[in-house]
Amino acid sequence: MDHEKLKTDILIIGGGTAGCFAAITASELSLDTKIIIAEKANIKRSGCLAAGVNALNAYIAKGHTPDFYVDYAVSDAHGIAREDLLLSMSERLNEVTKKLETLGLVILKDENGEYVCRGNRNIKINGENIKPILANAVKRLSNVTVVNNLNIVDYITDGNRIVGAWGNSVNEEKLYFISAKESIICTGGAAGLYKPNNPGFSRHKMWYCPFNTGAGYAMGIRAGAEMTTFEMRFIALRCKNTIAPTGTIAQGVGAKQINSLGEKYESKYGLSTSQRLWGTVEENKSGRGPCYLKTDSITAEQAEDLEKAYLNMAPSQTLKWVSSGKRADSENVEIEGTEPYIVGGHTASGYWVDNNRKTTLEGLYAAGDVAGGCPQKYVTGALAEGEITAKAALKELDRFDNFQISNRFIDKITLEADRRFSSANTETADAVEAKMQDIMDTYAGGIKTNYSYTQESLAVAEKKIKELEQELDKVLCSNMRELTHFFEVRERLTVCLVLIAHLCARRETRWHCFAENLSFPDKDDEHFLKYINSRLENGEIKIIERQLAKRYGKYEYQN
Amino acid sequence: MSIRINENKCVSCQRCSEVCPGGLIDINAKTGKAQILYPEDCWGCTSCLKECSTGAIEFFLGPDIGNEKVYMQVEKKGSLLNWKFYDENGLIRTITVDSQSSNKY
Repeated sequence: MDHEKLKTDILIIGGGTAGCFAAITASELSLDTKIIIAEKANIKRSGCLAAGVNALNAYIAKGHTPDFYVDYAVSDAHGIAREDLLLSMSERLNEVTKKLETLGLVILKDENGEYVCRGNRNIKINGENIKPILANAVKRLSNVTVVNNLNIVDYITDGNRIVGAWGNSVNEEKLYFISAKESIICTGGAAGLYKPNNPGFSRHKMWYCPFNTGAGYAMGIRAGAEMTTFEMRFIALRCKNTIAPTGTIAQGVGAKQINSLGEKYESKYGLSTSQRLWGTVEENKSGRGPCYLKTDSITAEQAEDLEKAYLNMAPSQTLKWVSSGKRADSENVEIEGTEPYIVGGHTASGYWVDNNRKTTLEGLYAAGDVAGGCPQKYVTGALAEGEITAKAALKELDRFDNFQISNRFIDKITLEADRRFSSANTETADAVEAKMQDIMDTYAGGIKTNYSYTQESLAVAEKKIKELEQELDKVLCSNMRELTHFFEVRERLTVCLVLIAHLCARRETRWHCFAENLSFPDKDDEHFLKYINSRLENGEIKIIERQLAKRYGKYEYQN
Repeated sequence: MSIRINENKCVSCQRCSEVCPGGLIDINAKTGKAQILYPEDCWGCTSCLKECSTGAIEFFLGPDIGNEKVYMQVEKKGSLLNWKFYDENGLIRTITVDSQSSNKY
C-alpha cells in the first residue's frame, strides 16, 4: 500500500461543525499557521448536520444570562455536568451565532432586527445549508488544507504527547501519516453501538449520524486519555420509523405527548430530557401505549409549515406524510425512543478536558460531541468549543517542533494494513457489528429491555464483547471501504467496553432510561453526585471518581 | 430509506459520489455512471439529491418503514428548493421551500 507524509502546525481531525469552526478561528487569528482538516467524507455535508438542522437550540435569549443556560443544563443532567465548561461555552453562544449569520445562515428576525426566539434558549433559522455554509467559509482560507476521504485511525504518540495521526484513504490504496505540533479532535460521538429501531433495510435511519462511529473516543482510550461520564447515554424521543425530531412539533405547534387513551402523561414523570423519554417508555410498559404527539387539532396551515420545516432537516418525515396520504393535522404522530448513543453534545460523555478543552494528553484538544462534561451543546456549543480549542492550540504552537515520523513506524503500520487484505471468504466486519449490536441491545440496556440492565447482565455483555474483539481480528477486507469499516467496528467495540465499565461503576439510577440500573434502581446522591471517569492502564479500564467542579475559577485535578 | 440512481439520467458528473457523507456512492469503472454501493447504509440526508442537476436520483422510504414506490427529488431554482413527490403514475405533489426564509417552527 502507498503512503503520503504530511506536516502541519495544527491538525484538526474531523471536518464537522466544531472542526470547521476551529479552522476558521485559527486561520483568522494567524494566517501564518498551517492547518490541515482530515475528514472521512467531504466537509460539504459530513457529520451530524448533513441534512440540516431545525433550530439553534443553544442561545441566550434577551433578558437571560449565560448562567441561566448553565443552570438549565446542570438541572437537565441531574447535577452531573461541568459547570465551568458550561459557563465558558454559554458565554460564547451569542457571539458564534452572530458569526454564523455573517457567514450566510438565515435567522428569523422581528421588526426591530432582533432574533425571534422559540422559548428561552432557541432561535428560528433555515438550517438546511448550514454545513455548506461552514464548508465554503473553510474553502476560502488560504492556510487551511482540507484532506477529504481520509479516515483517521489512530494518534501518533511520543510518550504522553500526541504528535500527529495516521489514517487510510477510503477510496485509494493509500495511508496518510500526518505530523502536527498540536491536534484538535472533533470526530463527533458514537452511533451504531446498539441494535437500531429499524434493524432491517432501514438500519441507518437513525437519530445520530451513522457515520460517526466513535473514532475519537477509541483513539483517546487507546492512547490513555481520561474519559468522563460515558454512562450518561443519550436516547432521543423521535417520530416512529423516520426517527425525525419531535421538538419541532412539540415546541413549534405546542403538541402534547399523549398515550393511547388520549391522556397527557408528561407531567406525571417530569420534564427533563431523560424523563420525557422515560414517561413514554413507562406508558408503553403499563399497557397504555403507543404514545403520540397530539397534532390532530392543529390547523391545515400549521401542518403544511411542518412539512416544509422537516424538509430542512429530516426530509424522510415529509416523505412519510406525503407517501401515506396523511398530514400532521389528520393523524397524531406516533413517537418512540431510539437506541442509545454516546454523544457529548447532548449528554456529558467524552474526553475529560480543562477549560481550554485540553485533554489529559499533551498536544491534544477536544471540541464538539467528542468532548465531555458539557452537555446541551448543540450546534452553537460545538462552534464555541471549536473557537476555544483553536485559540488554545495557537498559544501552544511554539513549544515543540514537528515530530519526525520514522520509516520503521510507517512500515509497521503499512504491513498491518496490507495483512488485512485477502480475497478469502471470512467473517465480515458487518457481521461482527450486527453481533455487537445484539449483545449491547440484550445485555447492556438497549431497546429490547426498555434500556434497563443489571450488574449481572453487564458482566455478560463485557465477556461477550471481549470475545467479539477476538473474532474481529479474523476479518479480512477486499477494498479500502471494507478496511475503513473494519476500523469503525474496532473502535465501536472499544467504546462499548468503556461504556459497560461506566454503566457498572455508577451503582445508582440517576437518569431513567439513559442509565437504568435495575440492580440499583434509586438515585444515590450520597455516593454518586460525582463524575465517573476512566482511563485505560495496561490493558485494563481503571475507574476514577472525581468530585463535582465549581462554576467559577479553575478546576484542578491530578492526572 | 435509501436512494435509487437512474443510469439513463446520470451524466457522470460525480458530484453525488463526492458529497455522500457515508461514502456510499461509487462511479462504475466501465460505464462512468454513479451507483449506490450500500443502499441499506443510507442515512437519508438527501445531500446527493441536492447535488444532482438531472434528477437521476430518487429518494424513497425502505419497505420496512414506508412505501418504497413513492419517491422524491429536489430541483434548485435560485434560492428555491422545489421538492417533488412521485408515485408510479407520476408527479403527485410539489412543496417549495425558500432557503432565504426561516422555519416557522
